[in-house]
Formats: sequence, C-alpha cells, structure tokens
Amino acid sequence: MEFNDTKEEAAFRGEIRTWIDNNAPDYLFEPLSTSGFGSIQLDGFDPMAEAKQWQKTKAEAGWACLQWPKDYGGQGASPIESVIWNQEEGVYGQLSRMFIIGQGMCAPTMMTFASEDQKQRYLPKLASGEEVWCQLFSEPHSGSDLAGLRTRAEKDGDDWVINGQKIWTSGAQHSEFGILITRTDPEVPKHRGLTMFFLDMKSAGVDIRPIKQANGDSGFNEVYFDNVRIPDAQRLGGVGEGWKVSLTTLMNERLAIGGSITTGFPEIKELVDQLRIASGTAINDPAVRSKLADWYAKSSGLKNTAARAISALSKGEVPGPENSIGKLVAGGMMQDIAKFSLDLQGLSGAIVDPEIAAGSARLQAMLMRSPAVRIEGGTDQILRNIISERVLGLPEDMRADKGMPFNKIPVGN
Amino acid sequence: MNFDFSDDDKMVQDQINRFLRDNCGFDEFRSVLEGDATYSDSVWRGLSEMGVQGTAIPSAYGGVEAGYLSLCLAARELGAHLAPVPFSSSIYLAVEAIQRTGSEVQKEEWLPKLASGQVIGTLAVTETLQEQVPEDITTTFAKGKLNGIKLVVPHGLMADVAVVLARTSDGLSLVLAPLSDVMRKSIDTVDPTMGSATITFKDAPAELLGESHDGWSAMSAVYNRAAVLFAFEQLGGAERALDMAVGYAKERFAFGRPIGSFQALKHMMADMYVALKLAESNCYYAAWALQNDADELALAAATARVSATQAFQLCSRDNIQVHGGMGFTWEYDCHLYYRRSNYLALVLGGLTTWEDKLVSALPDAA
Repeated sequence: MEFNDTKEEAAFRGEIRTWIDNNAPDYLFEPLSTSGFGSIQLDGFDPMAEAKQWQKTKAEAGWACLQWPKDYGGQGASPIESVIWNQEEGVYGQLSRMFIIGQGMCAPTMMTFASEDQKQRYLPKLASGEEVWCQLFSEPHSGSDLAGLRTRAEKDGDDWVINGQKIWTSGAQHSEFGILITRTDPEVPKHRGLTMFFLDMKSAGVDIRPIKQANGDSGFNEVYFDNVRIPDAQRLGGVGEGWKVSLTTLMNERLAIGGSITTGFPEIKELVDQLRIASGTAINDPAVRSKLADWYAKSSGLKNTAARAISALSKGEVPGPENSIGKLVAGGMMQDIAKFSLDLQGLSGAIVDPEIAAGSARLQAMLMRSPAVRIEGGTDQILRNIISERVLGLPEDMRADKGMPFNKIPVGN
Repeated sequence: MNFDFSDDDKMVQDQINRFLRDNCGFDEFRSVLEGDATYSDSVWRGLSEMGVQGTAIPSAYGGVEAGYLSLCLAARELGAHLAPVPFSSSIYLAVEAIQRTGSEVQKEEWLPKLASGQVIGTLAVTETLQEQVPEDITTTFAKGKLNGIKLVVPHGLMADVAVVLARTSDGLSLVLAPLSDVMRKSIDTVDPTMGSATITFKDAPAELLGESHDGWSAMSAVYNRAAVLFAFEQLGGAERALDMAVGYAKERFAFGRPIGSFQALKHMMADMYVALKLAESNCYYAAWALQNDADELALAAATARVSATQAFQLCSRDNIQVHGGMGFTWEYDCHLYYRRSNYLALVLGGLTTWEDKLVSALPDAA
C-alpha cells in the first residue's frame, strides 16, 4: 500500500505543474476560486469562450482527455496519470465542467457503439472542446423510470423521424451534438422497445428552451422534437437495444459525477475557523466540532473510496456499482452543511449577495443548488435501489408494469 | 499510488478467516456470555500457534514482523468473528505501550511473552464514572508501589500484566505492573465477553515504563495507534452484521414476498453499506499511516475511528431492526454484534472524544 507518488508519478506531476504554471489562464484564478457553486461567474469574462479556449490550449499541448486513445484526441494515459492531471489542474478544472457530459458520458458511448469513421470524425473535436455534446435522456414523464420514455422514432426510408420532448438536458443550448434515446417499438415491454441515436442539435425541428430552475439559474433545458430526421447511420447499437446502450452511458455518468465531488466541507471549515458565535469562535464549540468531524469522516471516506476505485482501474479491474455511494453521500452532506452554516450566522446567513455574504455566498448557493444534486443522475432513492439490488443482491421491488407491453402500461396523468 | 493490501497480507487474512470460521462460531462467544469461561482459551491458543499475536512485533522480540498492514487485516477478522479473546487489550494496547515507551530491558522481558500469547496484557486507565480527563487519575505510583483502583479494565479479568496510567511526583506516567498480587473483581458491562474487571492496587509492585515521560501524551499516542486496529475490528463486525441482515431479508417472507424487496428495508441496508464503505476506505488510509508512522496518523486514525464506530453501531443496530422481534431475542445472535459494537465504541474513549480529536488534527486550511 502506497499513497505517495512513485518516482515516475512525481516526475509526471512536476511536468504538469510546470505546464500549468506557464499556460493556465491565471487571470481567472481569483474568480474561479470564489465563483458561486452551481454556475460560474467570471468577472465579465464569457465562461463558455474561456472554457473553450482552455480546452483548446490543453488539446494542442496534448493534455486533453488524457486517458482516451491517441487516435481520438487523447494520449492513452493510465487512470493514475489522469487523476494526477485532475489534481494539478485544480481550480481551472471548473472550466472543463462544460464538457463533462460530452467527454464523460457521450464519448464512452460513442467509443463503444459508433463506427470507426464516426469516432475519427467526432471524438477529437469533443476532446478539444471545439464541439460540445449533450445527453437527451430524461423526459417529463420518465425520470427515475427512464425506460418509460415516450419520444418516438419511426423509420422512414434511410432516416428515422423523431417526435417528442426531453427535459433536464444540461448544456443543450451550447451543444453541437447530442445522444438521444427514443422509443421505436411501443408494443413490447418498455426496456425492449428503445433505440439510441446521436444527432446534430442544429437539425430542423429541434427546439431548445431553457428551464428556469428553483435556484434562479438556467443550466438545464427542455428540448422539443418536431419531425426531426436522423440518418440510420447515426444509430448507436441495434434497434431495440437502446436500454443496453444507455447503461454504458449511465455507469459512466455516475463515475464522471462521482469523480469530481463537491461536499461543502472546505467551505464550512473556512467559515467556522473565523466565525464568532455566542460561545466564542465557532470551531471551538463542541456541537460544531461534532458535526464537522462527521462531515470530514464522510468526505474523507469518499476521497479514499475514489482513490481505491482508481487503484482498481489501474489494475484493469472495472469499477462496480459500489461507486454509486459518491453522489448519494455528497448530495445530502452538502445540503446539511449548507443549512448548518447558515444557521450559525443567524439572519445574516440568509444573505445570498456574494459581495456581502461570508465566503462569497458559496454556502448559500449550495443550499439552493443541493436539492438538484440529490435528484440529477439518479435520485438518492434510485441510488439506494442500485446499491441494495446490485451490490447487496436484495430482490427487486415488485413492478406493476413488469413484462407488460409499453402501450398497455397505466400512465395516470 | 497503490491503495490495496498485498497478496501476501490477504493470504494471511484468509488463513485467519478460515481458522476463525471453523473454530470461533457464535457458540464460542456464547460459551463466555453464558458459561464460566472468561475467554476462549482454544481460540487464543489457535491464534498463538499461527503467530497472530506477534504479527507486528519485531522478530528481535519474538514476533513475526509481518507489519501493521497484516495486523489490520487480522483485526478485521477478529472483529468479524466477534472473537472472545483478549487480543485487543494485549496487542493493540499493552504491546503498543511497551514498544513505544518501554525500556530495552522491559521490551526484552515482556514482548516475546506477549507475542507468543503466553502472557496477556492490558492498559488500565479509567477510574471514575465519566469520560476520563487527567484530573480523574488518582492512582499513585511511588517507590515502586502502585496504589489505587481502576474501575473498568478491558480484559483485566485475565491479564497477567498491565500498563497503568498513574500519578507520580512528576505528574502522570505509564507504569508497568504484573497483576499476580492484585485484587480483581469482574464488572458487568454491555459486552460480557470483554473480560472487564475492577482492579485494586494496594502497594502492588510496579515500575515506570521506560524513562520519565508525560503519561497522558504517551497514552494518547498509544490510543492513536490502537484506534486504527480497533477500527478494523469494528469494520469486520459491521460487515458481518450487514451480511446477517441481508441474508435474513432474502429469506424471511411477509405480505407474500421476501422482506428484502421492500424499499423501506432495502434503503436501510443501502445506508448500512454506505457507512461500511466509507469506514473501510478511511481504515485503509489509516492502515497506511500506521504502517509508515506517517505525519497524517493522528488525523487518519481519528477519521477511521469515527467512521468505523459509526458504521458498526449503525449496522449492528439496524441488523436487529431488519430481524424484527426475533432480533431482540436472546436466542438470535443479533445482540452479540450490538453488544460488541457498543463496547468497542467506548474502549478508547467515546465517539464525541474522537470527533474532538479529529477536528484538532485537521490542518488549518483543510
């Protein structure tokens, strides 16, 4: 067992550090460090333009999507090397958030199911940030029950014609392409009638409308499809095999989200080190210490669990569904930390103006954003189902629609 | 970076697991809980024959010198099988205290006997009915004699030698005392298999452990090391308690279906798994810090201790809940884990104390 770098790892880390010192947009260091959680504010700079520029700089120097094969824009690096990169990229890594869905979820799906020509055409531009991708999965009537989705794809010559609506699509307004799961056969049980595609988001009939979220931001969109035509060549996997294809994406989603986890611990530690409460400095209060210890133990547990997953990856093992714990633990913890941090500040804790509130109001932003963390990419409840069924081997819950043709399933309203 | 135990360490763990599986079932625990035995002599001797007590003791002192990573895995197995033997007191506490603070002569005299299991050791601290602070210690050591009462000493019932926290003319010190001529009385605790005793020292012969030192800090240093090993015992116990709950939930039917298909129970067990996994990863990191005597040890040990205590208490508690009424019978084994988890949670000081230590060990800019 060894946590320190090997000689090679230390050398690699040194190389990255030097390159980042010489090339990173250091004028963004300050705004990125204090930027509100859930959305990036860059003091007048355009976040998308800056993100694309940084990604391009990295790609040209060979630092983008390190672990991808060289042919597709990566360097064929080991999992450990890409972890070292992420550690050293530090605060600038936030700029890569715009590309997480595309690089972390769409790309693995493309690598597994697209043709060689398509991989050559799309993956390098996805790696370099020149083209942004999104994932069109959730629908107004199918969130946790994703396989109940209704967006139709009907064959017409060499094309498929798409009609329906997706929702909660992150970054659709910035995306050139997307992967899309549709229903191609409503007469078979729900998991068997699905088919996956990728499409050009500028196709005729695609209408993107931002959703105003409960926290006031608009990171997600509704996407409407009105007779959108997709060539059959852009089908990923067989007709009726979309569910299997989606599992590749979703497992990577949990890894991608689990990999860069925000818990709120550093923020509350910084707060209680300074904050004065009735009993003195907050960090010296026994009730504060007890909670702080619990949260540190959890966030450290997540960090060490991730390190074990990387260790397993580097030995060629496949990380399993046990990695579902990351988001489950972090989401609830962030919400609790945010609530307690505000509580310690009395009514002043309610102030959300980053110019006035302690810690640039990051904890207030976490309070308002954390409900979504506990829903997106698998709700807390779905994650507990996954853990109990796939890790612990407990029996499936009774399903009222089991084996029923999709078009016979009761829908309520 | 390599965040895993070596194949050699895992092989030794597997041997210990097989030995305990075959020789240390719940009946061993019950023979102590319900019978006259104070610990399982056969299990203790079996472990001795395998050299488990000497795992991390240097070969110069009669040990196997296989290192702390291996000892951590042994602890996990002992915890999983609820082994009713004085291993933790003898090895994690007495041996660590003697190794860290003892003189060369003391090490040569005691470590080989502790390593072979021929002698059982313990650490005697607690004197009053609350979490101990230095002021609570009134046992005195002067002119080679110990005087005072230690209220609850783990495995004090069968220990041959104790490291005793006592007041000297210099303040607190650790003192080494053979227990041949002391008065000991069994004291009932939540886990009767931990051999707890009240020990009365009346002009009992003893000697200072090593050179003059600050006894409270020396004890805290031993606690930090022992916390990692206890955390592995807690981890082993938590895992078995969860396995037991899962096994029962698959077989027990209610409302015409296995109770393990109800989300109310599945989600409870998922939370048990989460607590276990977090504790396990923190324990792995702490094992590395212990093996390498790393600067991070104080923080890593407190972190492992806090999360392993939480995990074992949660898993043993909710294992009873999954079992329903049967889980609260004497006959079912759920209470064995519940008992052990609640004793181990207190043995180095309670959760609140460790939470406080954890926060004290946090770097300023965490």
